Amino acid sequence: MQTVQPIRLPSTPAVRDWSALLKRAGIYAALLLGAVVVVIPFAWTVSTSLKTPQEVFTFPPRWIPDPVAWSNYPEALSSQPFGRWLLNTLLVVLVSTFGTVASCSMVAFAFARLRWPGRDICFLILLATMMLPDQVTIIPTFILFRELGWVNTFLPLIVPAFFARNAFYVFLLRQFFMTIPLDLDDAARLDGAGSFQVYLYMILPMSKPALAVTALMFAQFKWNEFLAPLIFLNNSEMYTVALGLRSFVGQEYGTDWHLMMAANIVFMIPLILIFFFAQKYFIQGVVITGVKG
Amino acid sequence: MQSSPPRAFSLFHRSRPRQRAQHYRRSEAIAGLLMASPWMIGFLVFVAGPMIYSLYLSMTRWDLFTPPQWIGLDNFTTLLTDDPTFFQALKITTIYAFIGVPLQVGLGLVLATLLNQKIRFLSLFRSIYYLPSVIGGISVAIMFRWIFGTQFGLINGMLSGLGIQGPSWLGDPSWVMVSFVLMSLWGSGASMLIYLGALQSIPTELYEAADVDGAGTLAKFFRITIPMMTPVIFFNMVMGIIHALQEFVLPFVMTSGGPADASLFLVLYLYRNAFQFFQMGYASAIAWLLFIYILLLTLLVVRSSSAWVYYEGSVRGR
Repeated sequence: MQTVQPIRLPSTPAVRDWSALLKRAGIYAALLLGAVVVVIPFAWTVSTSLKTPQEVFTFPPRWIPDPVAWSNYPEALSSQPFGRWLLNTLLVVLVSTFGTVASCSMVAFAFARLRWPGRDICFLILLATMMLPDQVTIIPTFILFRELGWVNTFLPLIVPAFFARNAFYVFLLRQFFMTIPLDLDDAARLDGAGSFQVYLYMILPMSKPALAVTALMFAQFKWNEFLAPLIFLNNSEMYTVALGLRSFVGQEYGTDWHLMMAANIVFMIPLILIFFFAQKYFIQGVVITGVKG
Repeated sequence: MQSSPPRAFSLFHRSRPRQRAQHYRRSEAIAGLLMASPWMIGFLVFVAGPMIYSLYLSMTRWDLFTPPQWIGLDNFTTLLTDDPTFFQALKITTIYAFIGVPLQVGLGLVLATLLNQKIRFLSLFRSIYYLPSVIGGISVAIMFRWIFGTQFGLINGMLSGLGIQGPSWLGDPSWVMVSFVLMSLWGSGASMLIYLGALQSIPTELYEAADVDGAGTLAKFFRITIPMMTPVIFFNMVMGIIHALQEFVLPFVMTSGGPADASLFLVLYLYRNAFQFFQMGYASAIAWLLFIYILLLTLLVVRSSSAWVYYEGSVRGR
């Protein structure tokens, strides 16, 4: 009886082929090196956050803190109104994310699935605003909110979100909505649904992944947002965490690096956790639009 | 649509038959306008209105407290002829964008090519490389401010282990921009995801044909991979440069623009004028120059793109 030899294609890496093996080893080495370079700043931040003030300033630097100063964390969080900042940030992030998802999805629906006069021109304008640097509008926006008496409130950080101010997400959702067959809308309309019902009861439930992408990307952006809080919030009770982190720099007795790093870790943990648990959504966002947020 | 030349952005779905497109169904048109109205209001109130107001402000002198004073184009002439600090900021920002972003793109491409081999732990590598773009500028600034420290910084610590005395990364005017560019490379993994997706959509027949012709790895990379990727590379390069020209948090937190304005980015200079010196008119003029700069740059790159960006016959680029 004859055994059938599996056919090897020329391009399949054969283990005995030394040059191929070497090449693969090189690839892994390069990838590993890159990964180490990416991870080192994080690892160093964790390491510093667990050092005593004396050990922070040892040279050459040591990686493993001895003793491990866990107390840096409670100290960092209590040396500043950190809890308050966290609540502020959560409020701003949650409300503005809701506003963005609600307004951008509705607008995207209008652009993707309804015909109305001026639609294509409006869409071009919308695309143009994606390229527009925020700095061109920041001064007049500041003046507008100042006139309204909104400085030192969260309104400047929240209200624009309800008006689809971040055109990128309209674009993202529109691209997604376009992939849903239009026949579905027609069928729903035959059953007597109006445009808003089609949007609310059919398109939105079918678009949960895209909505999740939007919510996650926007929440991440908002959590990290710096310039707008810097301009609109000047009472330290009203700070968001991103803005408050700066208070650790250059206090009277210089920068408390160990506390600052501890605070930075606390600030980054939600981002990293969300990223690892919802990676596929982040990656999908990149794939749908071809742009990173 | 079919006969139109390939474009960088094939965003408009095929129009419906013309006779229908001309006559909007009344209820649908009303619904469309209503549902798009949040964006329209937002655009008028938060974008168009402020832009016009900002243009007006740029022609005034205004300290926020006394009424604005009309001075015509004085702010612009001062900026362009009599403000060395502005030129310093322009220079620094341009260097950062035009050196940093191409390097990021290159590194992102290399990473994507490596990850595109059949390797293990693909998703782990992918997550790690993407990580820097999940955390925001403020965290990055804090981490690297510490890492770049002259005396107790990690990099100089490691260098001294090799017997090298490291420079004052953030304190030396000739090193500070090098530090910023290096730091921006740390985040190049983000675009890697996009390139990885693009790489996987290159038809394998092209590589097979090249194999038959006896092409080597490098030849395949430069003759097939790169040309097929140009639309994606191009788009990300433009977006990256636009983004880099607006950098603010990193210099603000790490160096405050110093030493000796060596890392004074344009937006930082804008911020200083507006919110520290309260020269709202002057700051608005800077904002407009930045806007014009970005606009011209985008136009220039888009127009020159036909010389080097390769689009397939079909309209499917991004």
